[in-house]
Amino acid sequence: MIDFKLPSLGADMDEGTLLTWQVKPGDAVKRGQVVAVVDTSKAAVDIEIWQDGVVAELLVQPGAKVPVGTVLARLLAPGEAAAPAEAPAPAAGPLPAAAALPQPVTPQVQDAQSTTMAARHPVSPAARRRAKELGLDPDTMRGSGPQGAVTLADIEAAAAGPVTPAPAASAPDRQKDMRKAIAAAMSRSKREIPHYYLSDTLPMAAALAWLQQRNEGVAITERMLPAVLLLHAVALALRRAPQLNGFYRDGVFQPSRAVHAGVAISLRGGGLVAPAIHDVGAKPLVQLMQELADLVRRARAGSLRSSEMSDPTITVTNLGDQSVEAVFGVIYPPQVALVGFGRLAVRPWVQDGKVCALPLLTATLAADHRASDGHQGALFLAELRELLQQPQTLADSIAPAANPEGSKA
Amino acid sequence: MTNARPALAATVLGILRTIAPEVEPGALDPTRPLRHQVDLDSMDWLNFLVALHERLGVNIPEADYARLVTLDKLLDYLLERRVSRG
Repeated sequence: MIDFKLPSLGADMDEGTLLTWQVKPGDAVKRGQVVAVVDTSKAAVDIEIWQDGVVAELLVQPGAKVPVGTVLARLLAPGEAAAPAEAPAPAAGPLPAAAALPQPVTPQVQDAQSTTMAARHPVSPAARRRAKELGLDPDTMRGSGPQGAVTLADIEAAAAGPVTPAPAASAPDRQKDMRKAIAAAMSRSKREIPHYYLSDTLPMAAALAWLQQRNEGVAITERMLPAVLLLHAVALALRRAPQLNGFYRDGVFQPSRAVHAGVAISLRGGGLVAPAIHDVGAKPLVQLMQELADLVRRARAGSLRSSEMSDPTITVTNLGDQSVEAVFGVIYPPQVALVGFGRLAVRPWVQDGKVCALPLLTATLAADHRASDGHQGALFLAELRELLQQPQTLADSIAPAANPEGSKA
Repeated sequence: MTNARPALAATVLGILRTIAPEVEPGALDPTRPLRHQVDLDSMDWLNFLVALHERLGVNIPEADYARLVTLDKLLDYLLERRVSRG
């Protein structure tokens, strides 16, 4: 038997509400498959399973709020035989005679549940989130998706139609929950992590010229943002400073060979998430761009995967887009560093004894003194600057993946 | 041609709302910087342009970004590029 537990989805999450099961007893599941959707204070998260197996029973029903670590389901390992009918009889009422057949427990529970939950159709995470924002109850709607699933379009249509306006509370509630979660994680960070901060100004003329030339030659759908070059450069520069990449847990620093870069993404209406792009530095830039675009889209739609939430090894924030000059970050525990990029702007710079106007970028590093010293941090920033002066070489430097399967060691 | 602009504006705003669902079209000032009003970061902006491309068939080069600061300027630009489809 495999216990499938609610994973931690980051330092700021200690419980979640099960929204839907994507599997049922008897289903074979593969490692990495999404088996459930859990609502956290930040998003509806697709929960992946990390073992192959066959679903034996679902222990938690949709709608239940449970702490991290709760066993959500039991699975049979590959090759494991189904347990004989010694499974405990359900407390609710006597079993009909037919229940001697080997699938007694869960159908009973589900029947009991379904009477209280009325006719519940599947609801996509994005739809549910939008519905919450709009104060609609998607469970009372008839969806147009597969099996009557309520989709984002249904929600928008319902919102546009003559529907009773919001019972209001829901969206502010989520806001409040998210603010509380962020506050808890950041308080812990400031309490436990002895931060130090470094900053450097990076000339970006070469990198931007390279990008511009590259983007001129491709379709708009393949255009690449400076953020992608920066992410790639961070991953490569971390090879010079491995003390910045990994986790500080149980009093020791555990370095990570792979760079899973948590990308800080601000959510419309407030709050932020920093889900991971896996194995940055080991992927071609084109792929990195696609993954970044996909991640931002899903983060904003409130549909992320559990592996993205739980395993970033460092965070990168690009607040410069909101036009600040520099960011002094708060490290997201158990990570040990955060790299911040400010606004890309043309400013005076001295080159070859002359003042000239160049696009510049302020890069900052907030790092954990328990894992590194300013010297290593300085090496990192210096390497970052060097890499960005040779954009073609940077783009061509694809490190072998530290962990070919992607996430989770 | 006189009807082209309002129809185009409606299309553009519809696309904008797919990127920023909270936008109230009526609350937008077409003469003020669009990205600032709607809080579009560089990824949102690119997604917006990609959606314009898919819907209207117009490929806006990066070099033209500087001309697209306000909604009015964007509409001018699109009309100039002979995009009138709603």
